[in-house]
Amino acid sequence: MPAIAYHRVNQLLDAQHRDPLRLVQILIALQNEYGGCPAPLRDYVAKALDVPLAQVHGVVEFYHFLSTERLGDYRIYVADNITDRMLGNEKIMATLQEKLGVTRGKPRADGRVFVDYTSCTGLCDQGPALLVNGRPITRLTTGLAAEIASKIEAGEPIATWPAGWFQVEEALRVAGPVLAERSEPGRALQAALALGPERFLKEIDKSGLRGRGGAGFRTALKWRVCRDAPGKAHYVVCNADEGEPGTFKDRTLLTRFADEVFEGMTLGAYVIGAEKGFLYLRAEYAWLYPHLVAVLARRRAEQLLGEHILGRDFSFDIDIHLGAGAYVAGEESALIESLEGKRAVPRTRPPYTATHGYLNQPTICNNVETYVKTTLIAKHGADWFLESGTRHSPGTKLLSVSGDVARPGIYEYPFGVSVQTILDACGATDTQAVQVGGPSGTCITPIEFGRAISFEDLSTGGSFMVFNRSRDMLAVVQNFTHFFAGESCGFCSPCRIGTQLLRQSIDKIMAGHATARELADIAETAQCIKDMSHCGLGQTAANPLLDTIKRMRPLYESRLTSLDFVPGFDLDGALAISRELSRRDDAAAHLGQRCDEHGCTINAAKAGEGT
Amino acid sequence: MNGNDFTFVLDGENIPFEPGQTIMEAATQAGVYIPHLCYHEEYRPRGSCKLCTVKINGHFGTACTMPVQPGMQVDNDTDELTAMRRRVVQMLFVEGNHYCPFCEKSGNCQLQAVAYHVGMQDSHYPHFYPLRNVDASHPDMLLDRDRCIQCELCVRASRETDGKAVFGLSGRGTRTQLVVNSESGLLGDTNFSITDFAARICPTGALIPKREGYPLAIGERLYDADDIARVGHRQPSSKAEE
Repeated sequence: MPAIAYHRVNQLLDAQHRDPLRLVQILIALQNEYGGCPAPLRDYVAKALDVPLAQVHGVVEFYHFLSTERLGDYRIYVADNITDRMLGNEKIMATLQEKLGVTRGKPRADGRVFVDYTSCTGLCDQGPALLVNGRPITRLTTGLAAEIASKIEAGEPIATWPAGWFQVEEALRVAGPVLAERSEPGRALQAALALGPERFLKEIDKSGLRGRGGAGFRTALKWRVCRDAPGKAHYVVCNADEGEPGTFKDRTLLTRFADEVFEGMTLGAYVIGAEKGFLYLRAEYAWLYPHLVAVLARRRAEQLLGEHILGRDFSFDIDIHLGAGAYVAGEESALIESLEGKRAVPRTRPPYTATHGYLNQPTICNNVETYVKTTLIAKHGADWFLESGTRHSPGTKLLSVSGDVARPGIYEYPFGVSVQTILDACGATDTQAVQVGGPSGTCITPIEFGRAISFEDLSTGGSFMVFNRSRDMLAVVQNFTHFFAGESCGFCSPCRIGTQLLRQSIDKIMAGHATARELADIAETAQCIKDMSHCGLGQTAANPLLDTIKRMRPLYESRLTSLDFVPGFDLDGALAISRELSRRDDAAAHLGQRCDEHGCTINAAKAGEGT
Repeated sequence: MNGNDFTFVLDGENIPFEPGQTIMEAATQAGVYIPHLCYHEEYRPRGSCKLCTVKINGHFGTACTMPVQPGMQVDNDTDELTAMRRRVVQMLFVEGNHYCPFCEKSGNCQLQAVAYHVGMQDSHYPHFYPLRNVDASHPDMLLDRDRCIQCELCVRASRETDGKAVFGLSGRGTRTQLVVNSESGLLGDTNFSITDFAARICPTGALIPKREGYPLAIGERLYDADDIARVGHRQPSSKAEE
């Protein structure tokens, strides 16, 4: 490993003002510089910031893209959302492993390269995708994977790789007011300044705007509670931690409509009286950072940010904080913990973020799309906004459409649009199921395609994944269930342990070892996790299993062994370590676990399964 | 009910409370036991073990974190909640490696006592059998992570009462583990002491003193004769005399 140059570490620490609140930002910078945060670096940071070493260690181990060991010069993460799986990401992974002579999840001995899977990277419309040192390469083929491998073997810096490889396409398929409109920066702000904060807030209230992250909380209520809460300072936070698998609309908004996002945040600041805002950008979108920083700089030059915005007695600025790989950070109180440089563990509520957010001060935290919507309301008024959508869900919604469709991309529809309308528009045929709202949302089958996208029917943060009849829906459920088990933060016992139990159950079903009793047990365990978990992650982690057991029970039944008992453990799985040690994987090294009608184990017939 | 009526309903009984109290605090004051593991009255509630989950006006929530409101309807001792709590205790048992028959904490262990209280008779779920490191580096105390349930009580006690910050939690999900604040990661390389309050607070046998195994005969241990609900929540107090 290269020697650590501590004068460089000092530069990186100074760039973050040696501020413990910026611990996550510091560790991201070190990870990028050294390919890992090994013990000497962690010790150095702990001493430099005067924080306990265990805290630094705890943060490094919490986030997916930080590591306690050095991983390598080139760090490749292949996206493993189900849509990437359907587009052949396993072949990409196999090619990379073969050409680079590397085992997934293990740094290569020479310290050159590391390859692993990661959750959805927000590139589902152009998968299979990967991130190499944070930069995206989409539409991968095995040929391209081999070319990437040869660039790495030749030691060519990523900056010299063909620029075309890193192109990310923004496919706007159906445009509504958000996507169709191009207005000059500052117009919404001028309109709101002309109204004054109270009248503008009333306008937002009248528009009925609800949070676009999926939960649908009334934006005006959140802003009012925050504004009225006493505190030393008020803060504006934009949740750009778009982690729900299958969602990528914030990627589009941040790429094409960053001005609108920042302007919406500025409107929020104007209403609640904030001087400081944060955009929390998910690690997978770190490649957007330079673009966003440039937009912020231009807006400062245009007097749309900074001191005396548009010559008024109103000052506000925005800082971009990077995430480091944690789905749970999309939960707003976990996001704020991460903003404070800590492990992204959801807080106990009450108190809520609106009154006790960043540094325990009043804070508004809204979705990227919500902020964009506030600029439209500022420009066109609440009455205009109310013209589209439904009574309880006014306005439009951006949908990220991916999976088995002819035209994946971004679709903007008024709330109330039917699932079938979207399927027709995106060219989906022979559709078996649609996952609305991502793994934490709802899985529906054709008889429900008349249902509407809205808070009162099918709520979604924007994810819309389509599966045709050639797909094994249980493989979809398995992917989602593994996702939750990997993303549980570990804070509360029902989610930490329960998501592992659900993962074991679906694996057992897929391996053909489960019985009818298993399905009943899953339902009971799932209910317990749902009712007792600390945050939305645990409360929704069982949805993929519960939805499909309810709607597609025959799929499960066809994979169950017939007897009414639950095998205590996986006989064949128990031999896995022995097989690895003895380097044997032949039929005789496997134990069958299928039972005949007398309850006797049938051996060898299914040799090879479960490995 | 009027604005001065500081009572709420717990399992059908009217219970008085003081403004600002949580359900757990008010229930404990009234002598009602609500199962818990990560709660300790001297620390800010964490609400992570979820054993104190109760039904509050029809919705589930944790008694240790929820402030009481006048007239609140709280269900605690119901079959539904007991069944749910049993599942969570079973989860805790399969997640770690808990060998009650030869564990020195047996009979004095809150995890074991709560398991009896909720009627746990088997582990229900398949055991994870995780590989976890034992840390015997400290001269007086043993840290056996096999029995750790990540309640963070030692973390809080060391930081807030002992002023040392010896412990922390690291990792994520089921790989979450108790870590020690020293460059070697070993307890022996910290200023942790057997006289620290954190040395006495573990509700299981994850942090136990060396050289005093099985000091009490079976039958004389804290929870041998009676249920934890009646024995009471005998947690150590940082203020009590030895």
